[in-house]
Amino acid sequence: MDNIAGKRGRLTWVLNIAVFLLVLLWTIPTIGLLVSSFRDAQQIQTSGWWTSLTPQKESWAARTATPGSAAQDGGAYVLEGNVFGDDAGEVVAFGVTPMQPEAFAAGETADHPDGGTLTVAADGSYRLTSPEPFATPDVVVGDTAGGAEPRGLRIFVTSTEPPDFTTGNYGTVLTADGMGQSFLNTLTVSIPATVIPILVAAYAAYALAWMSFPGRALLVSAVVGLLVVPLQLSLIPLLQLHNNIGLGRGYIGAWLAHTGFGLPLAIYLLRNYMVGLPREVIESARVDGATDFEIFRKIILPLSLPALAAFGIFQFLWTWNDLLVAKVFLGTSDTQMVMTGRIVELLGSRGTNWELLTAAAFISMIVPLIVFFLLQKYFVRGLLAGSVKGG
Amino acid sequence: MNQILLAAITIVIGVVGCLAYFWLSNMLLDRMFPPRGSNAAHNLRVSGRIRPWLFLAPAIFFLGVYLVYPVFGSLWLAVSRGGDFIGMDNFIWMVNDPKFRESLLNNLLWLIFVPTMATLIGLIAAQLTDSIKWGAIAKSLIFMPMAISFVGAAVIWKFIYEFRAEGLAQIGLLNAFVTSLGFEPRAWLTLPVWNTFFLMIIMVWMQAGFAMVLLSAALRGIPDETIEAAILDGASPWQVFWRVQVPQIWGTIAVVWTTITIMVLKIFDIVFAITNGQWGTQVLANMMYDWSFRAGDFNRGAAIAIVIMIAVLPIMIWNIRNASRERD
Repeated sequence: MDNIAGKRGRLTWVLNIAVFLLVLLWTIPTIGLLVSSFRDAQQIQTSGWWTSLTPQKESWAARTATPGSAAQDGGAYVLEGNVFGDDAGEVVAFGVTPMQPEAFAAGETADHPDGGTLTVAADGSYRLTSPEPFATPDVVVGDTAGGAEPRGLRIFVTSTEPPDFTTGNYGTVLTADGMGQSFLNTLTVSIPATVIPILVAAYAAYALAWMSFPGRALLVSAVVGLLVVPLQLSLIPLLQLHNNIGLGRGYIGAWLAHTGFGLPLAIYLLRNYMVGLPREVIESARVDGATDFEIFRKIILPLSLPALAAFGIFQFLWTWNDLLVAKVFLGTSDTQMVMTGRIVELLGSRGTNWELLTAAAFISMIVPLIVFFLLQKYFVRGLLAGSVKGG
Repeated sequence: MNQILLAAITIVIGVVGCLAYFWLSNMLLDRMFPPRGSNAAHNLRVSGRIRPWLFLAPAIFFLGVYLVYPVFGSLWLAVSRGGDFIGMDNFIWMVNDPKFRESLLNNLLWLIFVPTMATLIGLIAAQLTDSIKWGAIAKSLIFMPMAISFVGAAVIWKFIYEFRAEGLAQIGLLNAFVTSLGFEPRAWLTLPVWNTFFLMIIMVWMQAGFAMVLLSAALRGIPDETIEAAILDGASPWQVFWRVQVPQIWGTIAVVWTTITIMVLKIFDIVFAITNGQWGTQVLANMMYDWSFRAGDFNRGAAIAIVIMIAVLPIMIWNIRNASRERD
């Protein structure tokens, strides 16, 4: 018996670990995005986000005080100061050429190519000596670009800095990169595009579920068939139609398109749900002289709320996340560009600014994620009922 | 703020308009054929015949204009140019176009890889999460990518595939992993064939949760007796799963498979956002977008859309047959 219990215990362990690894694999990409969106732009470029909690090593060029301020100490000219200025930091290494910023450990004394010596301590304080007066503008690498203002000499240091987290990336993308406006645009598209199809579909679903008329079976089949009609097929004829009737590109066109594309799933889901409602309730209401209109409003609609919610969530996520319909039926002006479209543009224009891209992506994900986690029950129910649809 | 107002007004107009339509049209019907008086029976019959269509009219209008009409519109566009019938020219061009053949091949790869991997991972995840205590949390975390847009997922994964020259610190997770094993970092997204797989992984990541949720519901619906009987007969957990449980949920597996297949046939956003079809990653839907809205050639665009439609057709017929069988 012990043996079996031990085996089961081990199996449970293996199961737990396997699921844990799977969950880790599935969440790490999103965690990476979230962490990166809060990191300092410089640190994102020089280290992986998974190291973001440890001190960041960074190589850079500091400038000394201006050569004119050099003090004379015995026979040598001396420049002293701190590479961090007023900030804090820790120098781990330094060098005398830009190619070798880690040639000497902090605290060592390096021979300078121009005679003289350089010492950089761990706290950032440096001491640069030279037997000759320091040339202006630059002795270290012969920087000849000196302007009117005398500049300091360059010291190449590798320092560790504390992890730097900021919400500034969000500020930048929301304002300068237009994600704030796009957030409003997305909201503008998706709310009417969610509400209107629900009503239209609810009436149709009731008719298909509880009214008898010739051609009903055919219509239900048609709805099932239309569930999978690819969006691509509709784009061009509809855009032409919108242009021909003077609608052009804009919110109204996008709402209508989303309504049309969402209807098959809405009708399918709601009809399946309504068919399952108890027949006795509806029959007895009929006997009591209620009209179809009253039955629908007073009995069917309240009872169908879970299905309405399921479709509502589905359609909301779909319209919120949509790129194609927005690209085709909306204009490209600032007041019409939705978040997905904006992010695609940012991917093109700011392809290496990961602090901005990740922040923008997270802004676009936050609402769907909230909806998803709060209303998961309904969402799952909708999925289970409507899995014929292909998105 | 103006446009939020516009949206709010639209909702009000839309909702009130819908309600007004249904209410007024029903009232009108009752006025024309009052269900009382001398002709009550006849009137009831007539209004009973008309009323379903009042309920259906807006839906039929939308379905007709936004889904049925475009099918024929696209068909006509595909066989015409500038309004003149040109037969199969667009399709002949297509077959001879190397980019089209590349797209077709890539779509085929997508069709084989994504539904298979997503279903398989979903199946395993369903079985594993159903047998542990914190399964519900695990499920919702694996399911989460489903709520994210394709574009958001594209950013997430493009960052993972990010490439830095050898010697620099890799900031992309994949290259960091590869270099830690001692290999050279690669610009994965520009490596033909591999890059298509890296794009497909994104889709698998997003769809596995969907498969898991459906399959887990199906697995729970299996009668316990069949599993108990198998265990009593000495079957191992492995055998119970593959020989007893899986065969009983073939129906759901097929539904999951076809749903993901349809999604994959239309795959657009991921390719559009990450490679835009460069480096041998082109797919039909992106090519369709390119020709229609970048090159402005609606006819060739429509022809490509028709190909996607033809690919969906078998699934559509299968669905309709299944649905009508269920009704009977």
